[in-house]
This record gives sequence, C-alpha cells and structure tokens, in this order.
Amino acid sequence: MTTMRAAYLRMAPVSVPILAIVTALAVAAVAVLASGSDPLVAYGALIEGALGSPERIATTVGRATPFIGTALAMAFAYKAGLFNIGAEGQILAGALLAAWVGTWSFLQGWPGVVLIPVVLVAGTVGGFVWGLVPGVLKARTGAHEVITTIMMNFIMSLLAVWLVNSLDPIILRDPDVSVARTRPLPEAARLWELVDGTKLHLGLFIMLGLVAATAWVLDRTTFGFEVRAVGTNPESATYAGMNVNRITILAMALSGAMAGLAGAGHVSGAEGFLSPGVFVNVGFDAIAIALLARANPWGIVPAALLWGALLSGAPLMQQRAGMSTDLVRIIEATVLVFIAGDAMIRWLFRIRSKEEVSTA
Amino acid sequence: MTGAGRHVLEVEGITKTFPGVVANRSVSFDLAEGEIHCLLGENGAGKTTLMNIVFGLYRPDEGTVRVRGEEVSFSSSADAIAAGIGMVHQHFQLVPTLTVLENVVLGAETVRHGVLELASARRTLADLSDRYGLPVDPDALVGDLSVGIRQRVELLKALYRDADILILDEPTAVLTPGEVDEFLSTVRELVGMGKSIVFITHKLREVSQVADRITVLRNGEVVGRTTPAETSEEELAAMMVGRQVSFTVDVGTSDPGEVVLEVDGLVVDDNRGHAAVRDCSFAVRAGEIFGIAGVEGNGQRELVEALAGMRPVVAGDIRLRGRSLLGLDPRRIAELGVGHIPEDRTRHGLIGAFSVADNLVLNRYHRPPFARGLVRRRSEVTAHAEELVATFDIRTPGVDVPAAQLSGGNQQKVVVARELSRPLEVLLVAQPTRGLDVGSIEFIHRRLVEIRDRGTAVVLVSAELDEVLALADTVGVLYRGRIVASMPSAEADRHRVGLLMATGSEAA
Repeated sequence: MTTMRAAYLRMAPVSVPILAIVTALAVAAVAVLASGSDPLVAYGALIEGALGSPERIATTVGRATPFIGTALAMAFAYKAGLFNIGAEGQILAGALLAAWVGTWSFLQGWPGVVLIPVVLVAGTVGGFVWGLVPGVLKARTGAHEVITTIMMNFIMSLLAVWLVNSLDPIILRDPDVSVARTRPLPEAARLWELVDGTKLHLGLFIMLGLVAATAWVLDRTTFGFEVRAVGTNPESATYAGMNVNRITILAMALSGAMAGLAGAGHVSGAEGFLSPGVFVNVGFDAIAIALLARANPWGIVPAALLWGALLSGAPLMQQRAGMSTDLVRIIEATVLVFIAGDAMIRWLFRIRSKEEVSTA
Repeated sequence: MTGAGRHVLEVEGITKTFPGVVANRSVSFDLAEGEIHCLLGENGAGKTTLMNIVFGLYRPDEGTVRVRGEEVSFSSSADAIAAGIGMVHQHFQLVPTLTVLENVVLGAETVRHGVLELASARRTLADLSDRYGLPVDPDALVGDLSVGIRQRVELLKALYRDADILILDEPTAVLTPGEVDEFLSTVRELVGMGKSIVFITHKLREVSQVADRITVLRNGEVVGRTTPAETSEEELAAMMVGRQVSFTVDVGTSDPGEVVLEVDGLVVDDNRGHAAVRDCSFAVRAGEIFGIAGVEGNGQRELVEALAGMRPVVAGDIRLRGRSLLGLDPRRIAELGVGHIPEDRTRHGLIGAFSVADNLVLNRYHRPPFARGLVRRRSEVTAHAEELVATFDIRTPGVDVPAAQLSGGNQQKVVVARELSRPLEVLLVAQPTRGLDVGSIEFIHRRLVEIRDRGTAVVLVSAELDEVLALADTVGVLYRGRIVASMPSAEADRHRVGLLMATGSEAA
C-alpha cells in the first residue's frame, strides 16, 4: 500500500462525514431541481444565509449552542450503552426550572455572579431529575430507556404547556404579554450576548466547557472508565466488580443534566424567558447530531455547527430560490442517511473500514 | 483409502497478506477424494485464512485454487457452495430463534407462489439425517439445542446444499469429550459415504484419531506434510510450535497448609431459577489445587459465579479463612484476595474493545497506583501493562491494541496475568485452556502450579478430565450440583472418576 493511500485511509474519521455531506447535497439537488429551483442558487443562498456576514455567523453559532448540550447528553448516555431519546424532555425540564427559579422574588436584586449560577444549577437539576427517573426504572425494573424517555418527553412537554399557558390559575405565565411565555428573568440573570442583536451568548463557552469536561471524564477518570465498560460489556463490568445499576442510573441522570444545562443556558442567554414550544425537535436533532459525531464529544461541536448552519441558512434559501424551508430538513435527512449508511460512502470513495483492514 | 482418489481440491502457492501480517505465504495443499486431510497449526497460523480463501470469503494475493482439476476464482461463498464446497465455521452460523429445518434451508429456500415451501425440504432433511446418521428434530428451536446438536445442524446445512468437499474449522473446540468421540466417528462415516474433508484443528489427539494425511502450518507457511503412521504427537507438536513442548507439566509435590476456602451446603440457582448447585460442600487448603471434574452443565458455572460473588447464594455458606463471603459484592470478594479466571474470557474476562493495558487493570483501575482519587493515571497503567506483557509473554503489537485483536491464547494470558499479578488467597479457575493451542496450555498450566506453590488455594473447574487429573492435588467430582466424591489425585484414575461423573456413584 502506498503511503498516500495509507494517509487517505487514515483520514477516514474526518473524510467520511465530509464526503457524506457532499454526497448528500448532490443527492438533495435532485429534490431541489424537482421543486423547480436551481440547486446552485439554493445552496449558494443556504451558505450565504448561514455564513454570509458576521451577524449571520453569530446566529448560526447561536442556533448550534443548545444542540451541543443535547447531543452531548445523547452521546454520553450512548457511551454507557443507553439510548437516551429523552433530551427533548430533559432540556425542557431544565429550561422550565431555570425560568421559574430565576423569577423567584427573593432572588431579585442579587448580582449576576449569584443569579447566573443559580439559574444554571436549577436547569441542571431539572434535567438531572428528568434523566434520573428513566435511569432508576431501567436499573431497578429493566424498563427500556427508549420507551420511558419518550414517555417522559410527553409528560414534560404537556406539563410545560400547561404550566406556561394556564390563565386560570396563572402558574408560570407572564400575564403582562399576550403570548404564552414565562415572566422574564431579571437582567442580572441573563448570560451576556457575545454579538449584539443576535442570539449568540456566553452559553456557547459553557457548552464548550461541558464538551471538554465530558471528554475528560470519559477518557481520564475512573467513572468514565466504568461508564465505557458498562456500555461496552456489562457482564465484564460486573465481573470486574463495577456496580452496573448504580453506573446506569448515574449516567442517565448526568445525561439529563447536560440537556438541562443546555436548556437553562438557552433561557438565560438567548431568550430571557421560556415559551413552551421553543425546543420542539431539539431532542431528535440531538440524536442526529450525536450520530453524525459518532458519539465523540469533540465531534459534536462541528456536527452541531453544521446543524445550526443548515437551520439558519434556510430562510435565505427559501427567499432566493423560492422554495420551502422543509427542503433543509430533506437535506438534513439525506446527510443522516449517508452518515448512518457510511458503508455506502466508503464504497463510493474506496475507503475500507477498519474491520476489513484488521481482519487477519 | 489413503490417497486413493483423485484430487478434488488443489491449492497452489497461495499468499495472502493483511496490513502488517502475512497470513499465508505460498501455501500449497491438496485434498484427495474420500480422505480426511487435517490442517494443523496453532491459533493464528493461517489455517482459517487459507480455508476462507477456498470458500470464497477472501481473495488470495497470489496463487491458484483448483476444484476437481478446474481452476476457480470464487468471488463469494455462494460460488464455493455452487461448486460443492461446504464449510462449518468455528463460530456457528445459525439463527437461534429459527427451527432446525428453517436453519437448514435458510438461503436455499424453495418458494412457491411467494410462499415458503418446507414440505419437500423436510423430506430431504429426513433423508440426509438417515443416510449420514445425523438424527435431529426438524422442529426444535436451534436456541434450545446443545452445542453438539447444533454442530450436527451445521453439517446438515452443508449436506443439504450438496457439498461433497467439507471444510470443518475447529469443529471440536466447543464440544464435550463425549461429543468429540461421537463427532469424530460421524466424520469417519461421512468419508465412508464419499465425502472429502478438510479438518482444521490444533488438537493433536484428534489428528492421530481421524486424519489420513496431515499438513502443518506455522506462521502462515507449510512446515510439514505427513501421515499419522509416520509421526507422533510429540513430533507434530514440535512442528506446530517450532520447539519441543512438554505435554505434562511437572506438578511436583504439593505441601498443603490450613483450610482457606470452605463451601458448606451451598445452594445456587441458575438463570431460570432452578437449583443448579445443591447442597454442595468442600474445603480447599492453602497450596492445593482442588480440581472439580464433571460433565458440563452439572452446576460448574453457577458454583464458580457464586464463589466470585456474581450470583446470589440461596442457602449454605462460603467462608474464606473462617469469614463468610455471603452478601459481599464481586469487588469486595476480589479485594479479600479471591482471583477469578472466568469460563468465558470474551463474555466476562475481557472487554474486547478496550486496550490490553486497560484490560490488565480491569478490576483494579480505581486503586492506587492506577488512579489517584477519581483520576486515572495512564502512565502507571501503561507501565504495569508493559511489565505484565513481558513477564507473561503476551504476544501483542502493543499495550494500546484492543484486546479483541489478540489471539485466543494471548487473550487468556491477559486474564491470567491480571489475576495472578496480585496476592491471592484463593484462585477460581474455570475452563482455563478451552480453545487454546498447545503452547498456551503448557504456559497456563505452569502458572497454575506456580501460584499453588506460593501458597494459594486453587479451585480448578474443567471439562477436560485430563486437565483436572494432570493438575489437581485433590479431585472432586461434581454431579447434579453436588460434590459426590473427593479423593487425593493418586487415587483418582480415569475410570473411577469417569464413572462418578456419569452416574454420581461408584457402584456401577
């Protein structure tokens, strides 16, 4: 094997996702053509809409911010062998608790150094509890986490709608505005905007810190070792003296906590209040992003940025090429199909998989 | 009928490389009609690679394959099957949730009007069963069958596809001694009915029992061609390993001390909630190997798992130097000085995706010097691994390589190295040499004797009666969950122990 070819194969972890995206765009171009638009115009507008100016880039990054936390939650649970479909409920649990705690009257007047941590911790606790329940159910009764987290999503989204929408009695609703949302957080409890007039806020760095912390915990700590052991081979983990139930519960709760922190960051940074519909689909996009990143914590950052770019570029594409923003969802779905079916990409671009190379 | 027939399979000058490894280097091999040709070699010698090439699973880099004189170039196993070649893989390719009949026809189904047609397949299967003396219940679920019967199903699968060249890859690796004898006579019968068989193995006893001709592979090259009449097991072993090996480890004399482990009236359930260990009692002294003989499925697995704390005890007691171990978790028991080499290294003993270094600290990763508080210390883990790789002669490209990439023998050495590299009061060992080659077996036996001589109480459970008789100082026979007899090894002869294993009593 020539060295160039070897280098080409070594690049696979990076090149396969990129090639998958390019291939997906080419395939989705067929859909664009079918809808009567010019793919080049459409993609040009998509890129310009996502990255065309500093403000647009800021918006893209801002949209990606909550995805980082929720996808990380998904990836972390996955390392423990758990399929956490509940990021949607967990981010909402965090956001709800953060939005409520931040408006407690006795907290008003405190400075940001107190209020911001209080709000973020509240969100983390909310997500932790919402992840803890399916974790306990899994460990104690064997109830499958996919089912329980989906149910927990329904419970939380309807609970949030009721708590925020209800006018009689008024529970969390802000009676002073016509739309259904919680009362605004005090200015001191808001995470700073990084670029004026955009939704890019300090939460980005909190999420990046969370990525770094998660990668470190998984890679360097005994707990991370246990999580990976339980996720890979629970029987060996039992043999090695690990408490599989305890680790399962903790991993699921911490996964929820990550999503909850993302929710609190969004409330405190981007909006200043919670409208119950704001996180619709976030949990499911998180699954897609975690898949795109192959559950690698650092891989989640570029994957979430890509997702943010597709979503924030869509309106300009709609305007310029005269087509539906739903097409962006089609592109996303196509990207996912090629990522999930990476054998297709490897075959198309002659990149052998690791298993084939090492069969001896 | 040695070499009587024409050649049905000829392989010439096959070379196959995988990145970094030469699996086969200009290997030539032929199979005459109606013979059993044994392909002998240690794990990793290239036997399976060669046969995977013949079966169309790999393409060779160089060389040719001829079937009945005609050069072939298979691009998949379907081509090989069409050419009348059948392969029974070491790891069975059966669907446990389907019936025997469904498994046999799978991939070769007759479909009429879009509907699966099983009636004629059922008749064919019954015919084959009769003709080759391979009785099976066509409607039994494969998942419910014993390993021996599953093997029979694999053979029928190949016969159903009209294979007359059969490749059997380590067919006896998973069988009990009784099943092995039965299987070997089946193989003889198949040849009598005109089949030609390539028999891949590393077990010398089988080779002398069954082979017409023998080809020995080592490190991907043919190092010898012979017949059982011209050679001896010692010679074959030396060819395989590349040096003289001894079959019987010199166990020396033991000097047992006080009782370390006491098992008293133990009752343990199996996974389905039935008592697998019933009223089991024995005691093991320091510096003694207590060998437990028994037909598999008499409670061995449940007994060992209960001793290691991995399975709850229903009744009775386990005492380590007088202290009860009941209710303690596996970690606590390990910390009290109980080592455990589990029966199934890939299921319990190792995490294949983890590095060799991580596997070598799998149950001590959280203790100093491998961790400080919650933070792991990778330099310590690596240094520890490098030391053990050297002292236990673990053949691995490096300590960062996933354990799954090691050969079976080296994987087992990883487990053994981990368990023996700390002070032990008791060592639990289950099937320590299952599926291993001669060299690794010798190595592991030596280590067990060594640790005994250092004063550890060793509990050895093995389905290989020879292994128990060779190593144990005291032999206990486990029958239906009870130790029905225990005796000093001097009094344990094959016949007496065999009778106890089969009937649970000495009265015939």
